[in-house]
Amino acid sequence: MEMKTNVKRDVYIVDGARTPFLKAKGKPGPFSASDLAVSAGRELLARQPFSPEDLGEVILGCMMPSPDEANIARVVALRLGCGKSMPAFTVQRNCASGMQSIDSAVKDIATGRHELVLAGGTEAMSRAPLLFNNSMVNWMAGLWSAKGLSTKVKQWLKFRPANLVPVVALLRGLTDPMVNLSMGQTAENVAYRFNITREQMDLFALESHQRVANAQDNNYLADVLSAYDYTGGVYQADDGVRRDTSLEKLASLKPIFDKKFGSVTAGNSSQVTDGAALLLLASKDAVKKYKLPVLAKVVDTEWAGLEPTEMGLGPVYASTSLMHRYNMRLDDIDFWEINEAFAAQVLGCLAAWEDEDYCRKHLGLKNAFGRIDPNRLNVDGGAVALGHPVGASGARIVLRLANILKRKQAQRGIASICIGGGQGGAMLIENVSEVTA
Amino acid sequence: MSTMETYKHWRLDSDADQVLWVYFDKQGESVNTIDHEVMEEFSGIIDNLSQDKHHKGVIIASAKKNGFIAGADISQFNKFKDIESAVTLLRHGQDIFNKLEALKIPVVAMIDGFCVGGGLELALACRYRVVESGPKTRLGLPEVKLGIHPGWGGTVRLPRLIGGPQAMNMILSGHTVSGKAAVKMGFADVAVPKRHLVRAAKYYALEKPKTRQATFLQNLTNTKLARKLLAPYMRKQLRAKANPMYYPGPYHVLDNWEYVGVKGNEAYAREARDCGKLFFSETSHNLVRVFFLQERLKGLAKDSHFNPKHVHVIGAGTMGGDIAAWCAYQGFTVTLQDREPKFIAPAIKRAYQLFKEKCKEDYLVQRAMDRLLPDVEGYGIAKADVIIEAIFEDLPTKQALFKKLESEAKSTAILATNTSSIPLDEINTVLQTPERLVGIHFFNPVAKMMLVEVVKGDRTDPLVIEKSLSFVRKLDRLPLPVKSSPGFLVNRILMPYLLEGMLLLDNGVPAEAIDKAMVDFGMPMGPVTLADTVGLDVCLSVAKHLQQYFPDSVIPPRLISLVEKGNLGRKSGEGFYRYKNGKKVDAKSTAYDKPLQEISDRLVLCMLNEAFACLREGVVADGDLLDAGMIFGTGFAPFRGGPIHYAKTNGISELYEQFVKLQTARGAKVSSLHEWEMTEA
Repeated sequence: MEMKTNVKRDVYIVDGARTPFLKAKGKPGPFSASDLAVSAGRELLARQPFSPEDLGEVILGCMMPSPDEANIARVVALRLGCGKSMPAFTVQRNCASGMQSIDSAVKDIATGRHELVLAGGTEAMSRAPLLFNNSMVNWMAGLWSAKGLSTKVKQWLKFRPANLVPVVALLRGLTDPMVNLSMGQTAENVAYRFNITREQMDLFALESHQRVANAQDNNYLADVLSAYDYTGGVYQADDGVRRDTSLEKLASLKPIFDKKFGSVTAGNSSQVTDGAALLLLASKDAVKKYKLPVLAKVVDTEWAGLEPTEMGLGPVYASTSLMHRYNMRLDDIDFWEINEAFAAQVLGCLAAWEDEDYCRKHLGLKNAFGRIDPNRLNVDGGAVALGHPVGASGARIVLRLANILKRKQAQRGIASICIGGGQGGAMLIENVSEVTA
Repeated sequence: MSTMETYKHWRLDSDADQVLWVYFDKQGESVNTIDHEVMEEFSGIIDNLSQDKHHKGVIIASAKKNGFIAGADISQFNKFKDIESAVTLLRHGQDIFNKLEALKIPVVAMIDGFCVGGGLELALACRYRVVESGPKTRLGLPEVKLGIHPGWGGTVRLPRLIGGPQAMNMILSGHTVSGKAAVKMGFADVAVPKRHLVRAAKYYALEKPKTRQATFLQNLTNTKLARKLLAPYMRKQLRAKANPMYYPGPYHVLDNWEYVGVKGNEAYAREARDCGKLFFSETSHNLVRVFFLQERLKGLAKDSHFNPKHVHVIGAGTMGGDIAAWCAYQGFTVTLQDREPKFIAPAIKRAYQLFKEKCKEDYLVQRAMDRLLPDVEGYGIAKADVIIEAIFEDLPTKQALFKKLESEAKSTAILATNTSSIPLDEINTVLQTPERLVGIHFFNPVAKMMLVEVVKGDRTDPLVIEKSLSFVRKLDRLPLPVKSSPGFLVNRILMPYLLEGMLLLDNGVPAEAIDKAMVDFGMPMGPVTLADTVGLDVCLSVAKHLQQYFPDSVIPPRLISLVEKGNLGRKSGEGFYRYKNGKKVDAKSTAYDKPLQEISDRLVLCMLNEAFACLREGVVADGDLLDAGMIFGTGFAPFRGGPIHYAKTNGISELYEQFVKLQTARGAKVSSLHEWEMTEA
C-alpha cells in the first residue's frame, strides 16, 4: 500500500528576541556570533514554559562564523542547554540567512518533523577575520615543506613584504564575485536605473534614524534583550541610531563605493553591525500543549533570482510573486518590512513597483504594481539606523513585522530582503492570537 | 602459571601477554586506603614476585571505580601504642616498599584518579608510573595537612626523583598536582587519556623502556652543598606559611633533607623516626580530629532523592552574585535576578574572574558562563529547584519577596534566605506554608569559605532541612545545621571576639599587637584585620542587630566613629588600618611590651563564653559541630581542634576562672561556671 505523506500543517511564531544591534567600532566587538545568539536565546528560552530540551531542532543563519564556530547552530544549541541530542544546522543565503532559517524551520514543522523549532540568525561582523593573501599562504607552505637548513634559508629569502598585505574577509564577502561589484556599487546601479537622487537617499536615511529613535522612546523594541559581556559591561539598546543626525550632516558625507561621483554614502547605507535575532516557531499541537501565546502565523515564503548587478531590487521579485500566488493586491498588505541594505535600494524597489514599464517587462504584470505608502513601510526604522548583521537581519525584520502587526492590530504583512548575488526573499505573515481548532 | 594465592584486599590476574595485574580492591570499602592488613598482604605478593619466573611485567592498579589509593587509613592514626611501635611499623612499611623497589621484574603503577599520601609513596617505589591525564587524577603527599609527614619513603624518593626544591615544595605545602604536571615535574613517566591507559601501562611493563632519571640539575640540588645553600631559603619561605610551634611536620622534612639528603638508610630511618613522633603530637591529634569533623559534616547530607538542577538567586550584590557564580561553577543552571541589568553586570564580571581562575581551560570557562543567566524579569523563579534570597537585610522587603516566591515557585522548590541576622520565624509569618522557608547562609568570600550554615526556623520542615543539607553538599561546601537564633552560630561567636579586639584598641593596645597575638594563637588573620576585611559597616550593622538580643554587649565607640567617617575598612582604603590598592600600608608599629598571650587569652575567653552559650541554647547539636563550624567558617586554629575542644583540653574550670577575673575587672556580669560546665556533657 502506498504510504501517505505528511500533510502541511500551520506554523506559528510564538515568541522572539534579539540582542541589541551593536555597531562595529573598527575592532572586534565584545561578542562572537555564538555569544550573541546565546545571549538572546537563553533569556528567550528561560521565559518559555517548556525546557530547552523540548525543542525539536535549532537552525541558525550565519555567514561568517569564527573558526571555532563550525556549524554554529549546533554550538549555540549546546550552549543554550538544549542537550546533546538536539539536532542543529546552519544555513546560508547570504543577506537572507536569518530568513532562510525561519523558512527551513517552517518547512520542518509543516511536514510534521518537529513541533517546536528555534530559528534565527547571528553575525559578528566586527569579528570578520583578516586573512593571509595567496602569496603568503604559498610561501608558508613552501617553508613548512622545506627539509634541511639550506632549503629553509632559500625559502626565507623568498619572503616579500607584499606577503603581509591581508585580505579583509568582510570586504570580499560584500563583493559579488560573479560581476565583481561591491554591494554598494549594485546600489549605485539601482539608483542610476531609477534616477534616485542623493537627497532622496539621505532623507530616507534620516527618517530611518528618527523612526528607530521613536520606537525606542515608545518602548516598541521590547524584543531587544540586554547583553552582558565578561568585563562588567551591559548593552541594553541598539547603538547605531543617531538621534543628532540631520540632512546637513548626511549631505556632508562622501560617497564610499563609487568615490567622487557616486551617491551612496556610509550615512545612507546599512551599518556594519553585530547582532542576533531568534524566533520560536511552533505547530498547532505545541501551542496547545504548552499553552503558548501566539505572535503570528507564517503563511508562506518566496525566493526569487534576478540580475546580480541590481541585487537590491530582489524584494520586488520575491514579494510580487508571493502575492501573485495568493491573488493579493497591494492593499491586502497592511505593513511592509523591506530590509534597508541601502536607502537607494529600498527606494529603487518602490520606484520599480511604480514603473509600469518595469513591471510589465520584468514582473509579468499588465500595469504598474502600485505605490507603497511610506507610513506602512519600515515603520520602526531599519538597517540604515540599526545595522545589518547579515546572518540576523532576515530574522529581525520578520520579528519586527510580527510585533508591528500586533501593535497596530493589523492583519497581514510582508517582510522582504535583498540578497547579495542577485536574489530576493519575502515572507508573508498574519496576525493571529490563538490557534483555531 | 605459578600458584596464585588469594587475598582479602588484592586480586591477581594474569593476562595473555604474561603481564600480572595486581588489583588493589580493599574489602568492604568504596575507596582504597592502606592499613596494616593491606600492607601485610602486599608484602606477601612482593615476596612471591621476587621468585616469579612466569611473568614479564607487573601492573598495579585499582579495582575501584573511584581513584587509585587515597593514602593510609586515617582511622588507624591514633591507635598506635607508643612512639616506638609507630616507628617500628613505619620502618616495616618502608622495608616493604624497598622490596618493591628492588624487584627485578618491571612494576608499573597504573594511576587513574587520586593517588595521594601512602598511595603515591607506593607508586614512587614502582619502576614506572603511568597516569591518566584527566581532571580527576591528582597526585600528592598531603600528610602535613594531618600534622605528620610522609613516612613510607616519600620524603626520600620524591626529592631523589625530581630534585629537592620541587619535591620540598610539594611535600611542605601538601598540594596535589595533575597527571600532566606530574610528568612535567618528572615523577610520572607518561600521562595519557583513559582510552590509552592500559595500552600505555602494558607498553612499560613489557618493553621496559629506560626509567626516568633526575636531570643533572635536579641531582645537583640534592648534593650536600646545594642542600646547605637551599634549605635556609626554603625554611624562610615556609615560616611565612606555617608556624613551627604548631606545625612541626614540614620542618622535620626540610631538616632531614638538609642533613642527610636522599641516599641511604639513614634518610629512611629519620623519616620514620620523626613521623612516628608526630603521630603523638597534639597538632596531629587535632588535625585528624578536624578531618573526621569534616567527614561528619559531609555525612550530614544524606543521599536524598532531591536532585536540583536550577538555582535562582535574588540579589546580585557581593553575596548573591558570588553564590550564583559558585552554583554555576558547580554545574547548576543559575538565574541571577536584580532590579536592573547594571546591578547584575558586576556579578557577571566577578563570576568570569572566578571561572577563569578555577577552570583553567577557556571552553570550561565559557560553559560555566553559559550556565549563569542574568534574569531581571525573574523568569527563573517558576523553574528553579532552589531559590536563594540575598537582598538587603530588611524584614518587610524580605517578607513581600517570599510571599511572591511562594505563589510563583514550583511547589517542590526550596525557598531559602541567605540572611545573616533576621530570624526565619519573623520572615515566614507572612507565608501560607512557613515550613518551606529555610536559611542557607554562606560566608564571604563564598568561593573560599567551606562552611554553609543551614538554618532551621521553629517551623521549618525537617525534610526541607534535609534537602538543603544535600544541596549544600552538592555545591562542595560543608553544611552545618543551626537553629535560627540571632547571628546563628558563626557570627554570634565571632562578634564578641571582634568587639573585644576593638575595645582593646580603645584601651590603647596597638592593632598590630592584637593581630599578632591572634595569628600566633593560630588564627588565619587577627581580629582587627578581619574587621577591616569584612567591612566595618557590616560589622557595625551585625553588632547593632545582635545588641537587640544581647543588650550586655558593648559596641566600641571607635567602630561607630569610623563608620560615620566613611572609613569602612579595606574596601574604602581606610579602617583601623590604611590600605592602598587593597593592600595594607605598613604603619610604624607602636611598641608593646606586655606578653601577647594576655591579649589572646582575653579574646579567646570571650569567644569561649559565647560558644558555651550557643551550646547551652542548642544553636548547634553538640560541641563537635560547634568546633567544625568555627574551624570551617572562620578558620579557627585547626591544630587546636576548635574552641570547645580547646577549652576541654585546657580545663574548662581553669579557663572559666580566668574569664571571671576578666569580667570582674571591668565590672561586667558573669555567667556561672555551671553554665560553662553543664554544656560539656
